[in-house]
Amino acid sequence: MADNAVETKNNGGKSAAPNKKLRFFGLGKLRPYVRNYKGVFVLMIVANLFVGVCNTIVPLFQRYAIDNFILEGTLDGMPIFAVVYVVMIAAMGIVDFFGTYSCSRLEMFLLRDMRRTAFNHLQTLSVSYFNQNSVGKLHSRVMSDTSVISSTVAWDVYQVSWSLTYAIGASTVMFVLNPILACCVLVVVPIVVLVSLYFQRKLTKLHREVREINSEITGGFNEGITGAQTSKTLAVENRLDADFRKHTDKMKKRSQRLGHHRALFFSIIAFTASIALALVLWYGGVITQSGLIMIGTLSVFMTYAQGIVDPIQWGVECLADLISIKVNIERFTALTETVSDVKDSPEVIEKYGDAFNQKRENWEPLGGDVEFENVTFKYPDGDEYILENFNLKVPQGTNVAIVGETGAGKSTLVNLVCRFFEPTEGRILIDGRDVRERSVSWLHTNIGYVLQTPHLFSGTIRENLLYGKEDATDEELDAAVKSVNAEGIIARLEKGYDTVVGEGGNSLSTGEKQLLSFARAILVDPAIFVLDEATSSIDTLTEKLIQDAIEKLMEGRTSFVIAHRLSTIRSADIILVVDDGKIVERGTHEELLAKRGLYYNLYVKQFREESYSNEFSDNSR
Amino acid sequence: MHKQINKTEYTNAGLLVYFLKGSLGLFIVGILSSMLLTFFNTTIPKVIAFTIDSVLGDEPMSGIFVGIVRAMGGIEHIKENVWIVALVIIGIASAMLIFRYSNIYFNNRANQTLMRRMRNELFSHIQRLPLSWQAQNNTGDIIQRCTSDADTISNFVTNQLFQFVRITFLLVLSLVFMFTINVKLAAIAFAFMPVIVGYSVWYFLHAFKRFKKCDEEEGVLSTYAQENLTGVRVIRAFGRERYERDKFDKQNVYYTSLWVRVLKLMSSFWTASDFIAALQLLCIVIVGTVFCIDGELSTGDFVAFISYNAMMVGPVRELGRIISNLSKANVALTRIAEIMNADEEVYGINEGVVSGDIVFDNVCFEYEKGKPVLSGVSFVIPQGTTLGIIGGTGSGKSTLVALLDGLYSATDGRITYGGRDIKDIPPATLRKSVGVILQESYIYSRTIGENIAIAAADESNENIVRAAEIACLDGNIDGFVNGYDTVVGERGVTLSGGQKQRVAIARTLIRKTPYIVFDDSLSAVDSDTDAKIRHNLKTECAGTTTVIVSHRITTVMRADNIIVLDGGRVAESGSHDDLLAADGIYKRIYDLQMSLPEDIIEEVKNGR
Repeated sequence: MADNAVETKNNGGKSAAPNKKLRFFGLGKLRPYVRNYKGVFVLMIVANLFVGVCNTIVPLFQRYAIDNFILEGTLDGMPIFAVVYVVMIAAMGIVDFFGTYSCSRLEMFLLRDMRRTAFNHLQTLSVSYFNQNSVGKLHSRVMSDTSVISSTVAWDVYQVSWSLTYAIGASTVMFVLNPILACCVLVVVPIVVLVSLYFQRKLTKLHREVREINSEITGGFNEGITGAQTSKTLAVENRLDADFRKHTDKMKKRSQRLGHHRALFFSIIAFTASIALALVLWYGGVITQSGLIMIGTLSVFMTYAQGIVDPIQWGVECLADLISIKVNIERFTALTETVSDVKDSPEVIEKYGDAFNQKRENWEPLGGDVEFENVTFKYPDGDEYILENFNLKVPQGTNVAIVGETGAGKSTLVNLVCRFFEPTEGRILIDGRDVRERSVSWLHTNIGYVLQTPHLFSGTIRENLLYGKEDATDEELDAAVKSVNAEGIIARLEKGYDTVVGEGGNSLSTGEKQLLSFARAILVDPAIFVLDEATSSIDTLTEKLIQDAIEKLMEGRTSFVIAHRLSTIRSADIILVVDDGKIVERGTHEELLAKRGLYYNLYVKQFREESYSNEFSDNSR
Repeated sequence: MHKQINKTEYTNAGLLVYFLKGSLGLFIVGILSSMLLTFFNTTIPKVIAFTIDSVLGDEPMSGIFVGIVRAMGGIEHIKENVWIVALVIIGIASAMLIFRYSNIYFNNRANQTLMRRMRNELFSHIQRLPLSWQAQNNTGDIIQRCTSDADTISNFVTNQLFQFVRITFLLVLSLVFMFTINVKLAAIAFAFMPVIVGYSVWYFLHAFKRFKKCDEEEGVLSTYAQENLTGVRVIRAFGRERYERDKFDKQNVYYTSLWVRVLKLMSSFWTASDFIAALQLLCIVIVGTVFCIDGELSTGDFVAFISYNAMMVGPVRELGRIISNLSKANVALTRIAEIMNADEEVYGINEGVVSGDIVFDNVCFEYEKGKPVLSGVSFVIPQGTTLGIIGGTGSGKSTLVALLDGLYSATDGRITYGGRDIKDIPPATLRKSVGVILQESYIYSRTIGENIAIAAADESNENIVRAAEIACLDGNIDGFVNGYDTVVGERGVTLSGGQKQRVAIARTLIRKTPYIVFDDSLSAVDSDTDAKIRHNLKTECAGTTTVIVSHRITTVMRADNIIVLDGGRVAESGSHDDLLAADGIYKRIYDLQMSLPEDIIEEVKNGR
């Protein structure tokens, strides 16, 4: 796989042309997702409106109690008051429950849908796309970016709608009660907004810095653990300690700066609330003395003075958050809008089905004749033509070996045969018909492709073996396993086929995994076999088993092998020698040796390496 | 693996105390600020109550207000100048501004100090754990402990342990105020507290289990995505896109429904606890109103009482969360204690350079009991000579190298340097004297120059360039745009296996150690460069005792002595000529590797 990543230069799909300008900070892109949950969305907003209004009204009950009961010295109407109050509180509680619940649902549904879209879209992109984008990167698109977007959209909208309602509601009530006193409270609003905006920007920047240093620290831990042996042999523990401390010191310094700004921000915001309170007490006190308002009203204003600051600050914060997810949205849409560069035409899909709905009943059997006809090819991001008017006939049953140094570009031909890329010009014929006349799935299902680093999914061995043919019988399974010399592995394991192999099949050695992946491939009985031979050292015994298995696999099938082993190379019908991306020599083993060219040198080198390890093979076990 | 000292085993609490060194003082400053903040916060309702009762109303003043008002020029003066009250509020708010700032600031600073100490201690400890520990433990798991478990602990200390102190203080303070205002009303308010705390403890304990389940299910979903992405070729090859889609979708839907249910539980918790709080408030308002009318309570005190009550609600709920979080923090502490309680290698002191012959006397080694990797290995490397070692996969070559550097110690037999048993040489001394070049040496993520100089005593540029020249690396480095300042691993700058090996060689050469060990560290270098490097070594490092492990005859053939290692035993030994004469494994390899071209000519002639 590593080899592949290096050799394949490009890129599996053109991302959609950079969109003019993302509207509403990119939020417009989310419309198709939100649209499905209009009901939930509306319910959430309406619930928040209701709760927000209730929150504004609550202080009025206090006012009523003070002005009508306490100051009047009577309990008349108290039962009704209590009932109304209780009913409102209860209603508020219930509605609030629906509000938060809707918000949670909205968040989770958006998350689910976005992940589904991203994941499903990835299934349709060409393999070359995966060569260009690392697993880690794509994984975080599917898992993290979606999570950030959905939670921000849901909860921030939730928060903003409540905050706005409360702020507007409180202002209205205050203006109705006493406009001048209302101004005393509202005078702090612009201050809060400005202060919030100022700090928000600063804090976001500092947060980002801290996150970066944090990942440096994680990297440091990784280095300290992975590089332990090297560090010990070099005796550089103290030095690495000192370097690590530089990171943690930097982290502390930065975080302290962040802490300073946060502390300043929160204490200033709280202070502005007190200013509003002081203003209310002063002017409100004076007008209460003059009898213009009653004490109950004054208490309402005091409540608002202390209560209005937080919603405003939160509102500003949420708006800032909504803007900041722009980058996540861009990353997400870049993925979902990528168009695969290997695509079936509508007619082909009509007849053969797409990846998810394969119309296998219309699939013709694949014979195994492969022909390159005037193929010219360059990688989408490269400027050099790697193949120019390349012609090659591979009749059914022919074994083709591709040899060359690491990084020479051996996978190009394989990439074309597997249709991971399309030729720039010319065509590839399978059984005499242009490969584009049949669907990608049809081709892939008929090609057995075994990677250099075998990949097993987590699950039992049986599940893994049946991956390509779910309905295979136990006899077929046994036969396949036996034919690739893997029966020893199954016998060794206590639970046999039902042994669970870990993520990536960790409990087995690389050689064993390779044998199992051969069995998996042979079970499907593909007409064309593509193999990237392992270069990593496998113990000699397994090595022998693999050799035999490969021979069996190639028997009677058309095969393309990126070959590293002498025996595989020698037995090939056609050998293609690749250097610097291009095919420089082709012929049979004898012809190429006689040429004394690049093949000869490679062969000699390989011979030396292998003969050495063979020398120890019997004694070392 | 070396002599181990009996150092203190940390208990979880003991470890926490150890980590808190240096930050405890800051935490206390944070706590004190928070207490003062709380105190000032509780005075505001008092001032408001006083204003309502005595400034706007005509209630007689009580308690400390009498003295304060007198100092301010009497109640009549204040009644005419209400702004004085506003000024007092501003005064209190200013004090709160200061204490709020210092509370947040010091809390954060303390937290960062704690984090730094934890990270530094963990890092330097892990560095010094024996290699056998590193081999036994999974890298991902250790990193997880050093990052997220450490976060959990610092979060617990900062936001919970000390928060607990603060909340207790706040509760006591408001309760005292509330009881001084009106005992009966306070009793009603207080009666609800156990209900709220109990309910929230129950909820959080319950919720944690579910949160954990959700996390696990998201882990499964994440694994599916991961596997799908890494196995994309297999999926395509077998045309299993639909199966993969359905598998992911099923888990995606399941996970979502699980979360929605947890969030429903969460929403209902908040609603229910809001409801309890509202109920409590209602009781207070009704009873309080009755008391006010009866004259048992003044209006101002009533308003103040409600404010105190409001102050309590949030923290009381928080209390439940803190109590239920204890177990989580304890788990994290246990996981970190496992690392901290593993014994470090005892490095000893660097006593200067070791010198003399290296002697292996009947050395045996096994990683697992009963499975010897080396058995009865004996040889002598006289000072200043070169030993070549040749052997197949699993012959014990790399283990032998690890023993030479004291990374493991022999199960049986003796290894001596200049007659001194390796067990008596502190690793600090030994490893400064022996330069081991591993086959797959780790390249640190820093510049190439820094990588070469990482173990150097003298980091001057000439020195670095000189080392690179000897290792035949200078040509490659000049090819990089930033030369020696190129950061490895950044912007797609990757080194090939051969380049990495040469960096490893350069950074060992620069150390100028009296012993150098090549552990198959020329394997990825082509034969010409291999020869050039060995030639350079001969002239540059004359007098160095050298061990060269290789699989190339040409690499070892000029060594003073060569041993052939097979199945953990010395199969053959002697000089190149001796070994050729002995006509054994060595001779056969030699023939194969040296006389190869003729062989192939034969093959061409005979047609296979």
